[in-house]
Amino acid sequence: MHNFSYARAADIDGALRLVAQPGAQFIAGGTNLLDLMKGGIAIPERLVDITQIAGLAQIHQLPAGAIRIGALASNSDTAKHSLIRERHPLLAQAIESGASAQLRNMATVGGNILQRTRCGYFYDTAFDECNKRNPGSGCAAIRGYNRNHAVLGASESCIATHPSDMCVALVALDAVVQLRTARGARAVPLADFQRLPGDAPQTDSLLAPGEIITAVDLPSDRWLKHSAYLKVRDRASYAFALVSVAAAIDIQDEVMQDARVVLGGVAHKPWQVPEAASLLRGRRADTNAFREVAEAAFQGAAPRKHNAFKIELGKRAVIRGLSLAASAGANLT
Amino acid sequence: MSVVGQPIDRVDGARKLTGTALYTHDVNIANQAHGVLVLSTVPNGRIISIDSGAAEHSPGVLLVLTFLNAPRLPQGGRAGVNPPAGRVLSVLQDNEVHYNREPVAVVVAETWEQASTAAGLVEVRYQELPAQLDFAQTAAHSPGKVNGEDADSSRGSIGGDSMNTQVIETYETPTEHHNPLEPHATLAHWVGDHVTLYDSTQYISGTQETLAKVLGVPKDHVRVICPFVGGGFGCKGSMWSHVALTAMAARHLGRPVKLALQRPQMFGPVGCRPRTLQKLKITARENGEFLAIQHDVISHTSVIEDFTEAAALQTRIMYSCPNLKTTHRLVPLNVGTPTFQRAPGHATGTFAFESAIDELAYALRMDPIQLRLHNEPEVDPENELPWSSRSLRQCYESGAAAFGWSRRSAEPNGMHDGHIAVGWGVASATYPANRSAAKARARMAPDGRITVQCGTQDLGTGTYTVMTQVAADALGCPPERVVFELGDSGFPAAPVSGGSQSVASVAPAVRAAALALRDKLIGLGVADESSPVHGASPADVVIENGFIGARSSSRREPLSSLIARAGGGDIVAEGSAQPGPEKKRYSMHSFGAVFVEVNVDRDLGQIRVPRVVARYGIGRLLNAKTGRSQLIGGIVWGIGMALMEESVLDERTGRIVNANFADYHVPTNADIGEIDVGVVAEDDPHINPLGARGIGEIGITGVAAALANAVYHATGVRVRELPITLDKLIL
Repeated sequence: MHNFSYARAADIDGALRLVAQPGAQFIAGGTNLLDLMKGGIAIPERLVDITQIAGLAQIHQLPAGAIRIGALASNSDTAKHSLIRERHPLLAQAIESGASAQLRNMATVGGNILQRTRCGYFYDTAFDECNKRNPGSGCAAIRGYNRNHAVLGASESCIATHPSDMCVALVALDAVVQLRTARGARAVPLADFQRLPGDAPQTDSLLAPGEIITAVDLPSDRWLKHSAYLKVRDRASYAFALVSVAAAIDIQDEVMQDARVVLGGVAHKPWQVPEAASLLRGRRADTNAFREVAEAAFQGAAPRKHNAFKIELGKRAVIRGLSLAASAGANLT
Repeated sequence: MSVVGQPIDRVDGARKLTGTALYTHDVNIANQAHGVLVLSTVPNGRIISIDSGAAEHSPGVLLVLTFLNAPRLPQGGRAGVNPPAGRVLSVLQDNEVHYNREPVAVVVAETWEQASTAAGLVEVRYQELPAQLDFAQTAAHSPGKVNGEDADSSRGSIGGDSMNTQVIETYETPTEHHNPLEPHATLAHWVGDHVTLYDSTQYISGTQETLAKVLGVPKDHVRVICPFVGGGFGCKGSMWSHVALTAMAARHLGRPVKLALQRPQMFGPVGCRPRTLQKLKITARENGEFLAIQHDVISHTSVIEDFTEAAALQTRIMYSCPNLKTTHRLVPLNVGTPTFQRAPGHATGTFAFESAIDELAYALRMDPIQLRLHNEPEVDPENELPWSSRSLRQCYESGAAAFGWSRRSAEPNGMHDGHIAVGWGVASATYPANRSAAKARARMAPDGRITVQCGTQDLGTGTYTVMTQVAADALGCPPERVVFELGDSGFPAAPVSGGSQSVASVAPAVRAAALALRDKLIGLGVADESSPVHGASPADVVIENGFIGARSSSRREPLSSLIARAGGGDIVAEGSAQPGPEKKRYSMHSFGAVFVEVNVDRDLGQIRVPRVVARYGIGRLLNAKTGRSQLIGGIVWGIGMALMEESVLDERTGRIVNANFADYHVPTNADIGEIDVGVVAEDDPHINPLGARGIGEIGITGVAAALANAVYHATGVRVRELPITLDKLIL
């Protein structure tokens, strides 16, 4: 690890001032950034610790009914918060399926959104090729070991996946990211905030230089009753998703009115299946309907040498995830 | 009742719980500096240049040791080569690179952080050469010998017998890295031309001897200390390059140097379980009688040294079969040299062989236990020696009853619970009962306290505890009165804590030393006119709970009184024990039966293991609690081997891609269900006076096969390549 200086911000304005200096970067839980620094992948000259900023860890209801999760709320506090468990059980499920209890205690909601891929070639600087780490150097994973890489939305520059479970649920719940710079505030839907690799995989999100995530808003609890997060992985705990599915259905009088299906583990960001709503609307919940969504989800999927199984696995996971969502209620724990 | 066998708590448990058990990296010496290894990033080539300027000018840096400035060692660093303790090392004697993550420099600084930062500044340029990284395309050679036995074996004749039922299949196991929680760590401290080496090792006397040879110093100038090991599993059985490099750096600097491997550095320079490709051919009559077995093993080694995964040795002795042929071949690759990993050969070999037997059972439409028991040999089929003990039949009977085997559906795919397919599988476990020579010293202080010393190791397995029990039993006192010390090459020598031999080797030596001390005390008493046993026949004298007395009289006195009259000094006795001709008269192996239940998600392929039942015939257990823990630990690893573990080689660079604990999967608590282990009563009077054997390895054997067999039973899908990840059940 390289030497760096350390400063602690007292408030958001102070944090934005400190991070404006060259080579400065925010640190909150540090569960990903410290790993990156130890590996020589991130080499910040200055860390701006934002964990002491008051009020940023709150979870509360806004006047219009939306729920606001402060950027510094820990993953575990979020998952166990009564507003989240009662109104957005999908999010609680997704968070608790991720990482380990120790990591969830440290990791923040804002940091989770900004975490970087777990691609082995990205994480080891001994590999010369990685466009995400060193733009223009190539992608070692495309012709290397790519069992856990993307089958959707990848490019010839990068086939990495986003490792978060939480974000998959957030996108399904239409979450909106609240951002601040010294010049003002803006709000961006999470689905748009995170990007596909294209020819600039070094840029994971629309976060501008000097910008900070202050909160994530969940606008509506219309997915409360029928939702499920299904994570398929190589071991029962502490493993990234091979494929995950956040499924939510609005069912009125046994007829599906609307649906959200978002996939994790298959793309550079949570992968939306927008066809889900139109394919399911007006129908009763059954496996045949869900199978059509599954097929639509993987239209255009591009397998690599080791990850072709994700396409079939992903389809089956979509069907299972929607079935679980339709029969949910049991998920209201 | 004897304390031997009792499930007493670990005598070092409180020290471990409270953090006062000092592991190598916990030891600090005044003025110590910190070293960090720099490892190669290419699989084959020559170093053209090393720019260490930036590193040398980095704050706190004391030394950057490379092949350019490293002291020249006897025989180019090869003087210590004497596998398995002394491996072919990379000790900066030339500019050649033979594998990715081979040590190419050591950076030493005042702090670990400074050394670590500077290590990242060392610029090494290579002339790359073509590397052998393709296991399938590289020519294989014979190692000649495997664990002291011929690499190839043959009995009877393997004919073309197609009238009978045959299974001909190929099985594969991947490279696996040991990854004990405590990485390798060393602290070298020179005083004059003597070095004290604190090292996390399974073999202090091997490290002492090898380091002395590598450095060209007399053996008695090297003292190795290792009171605690945070797991070894074989990778700490040999002395690897970093140990010599740390000692070289410390001598060069004139300061103590401490060095620990970082987790990714565990994936190359300190051994691994080699990849295997195993071809099995079994021919049997309709009634299940084995007619012919052929087991051909190919495993990888490095280009600098041969290490052979002895996967077919267990096939030679396991079942009755008149015609049998086995071979072992090696494929040298530009990777770090493989080494022993828990049940070397037997863990991988039983996966292939016991899977093939399961396949044969389905082909014969026979119960897989019945098939095995039908071929149960009366004597060792390879050398026709009688077994010193073999309880495989009892293990199967006891295990089957506990597991409920009789309720199993004969056909695969026959047990469902919603979208969960349930499968039951079984396999045999086995490992040789090994033993070597060992010595120990027992001492009674004037206050009656007993200390027993032996230069053995405790890998977390319970050596401290069981040897305390053995000594206490021999001296007729409760274990609380005995302090057992180990892990110092200044103590009487013991063998490597590997090959499941510590208990069988060290326990008899400890017992001999304790009995010698007892005899010495009795001799003192008999000769002492003031003693209550004066003039008694030694056979009539009893030593119990710190008192000496005669059986025929009620008079007795504290041993401390006797010792005080004898001059007040410590009473010291030594004992030794070594194997006799028993191995020439008996075939000595442990056996067991493993039953596994799996739940397989029929859509998603996820495999869970709700329960394992295993029964073992392993001689006499010295401590039922630590013994159970060791067997359970082996089974847990077996589950990891079956379902998760795989070091993935990037075939362009020879570098392991998943060299960290997030991506190199071992089981978590959530992956482990109920594990029921039991030991069938067994009396082996031949292996040693205690009838006790090591049990470090047998727990992992058979588990992967039993699990693969259960997956087949659940799904009808036969997976012959470990690990059984869910993608292999999806497509």
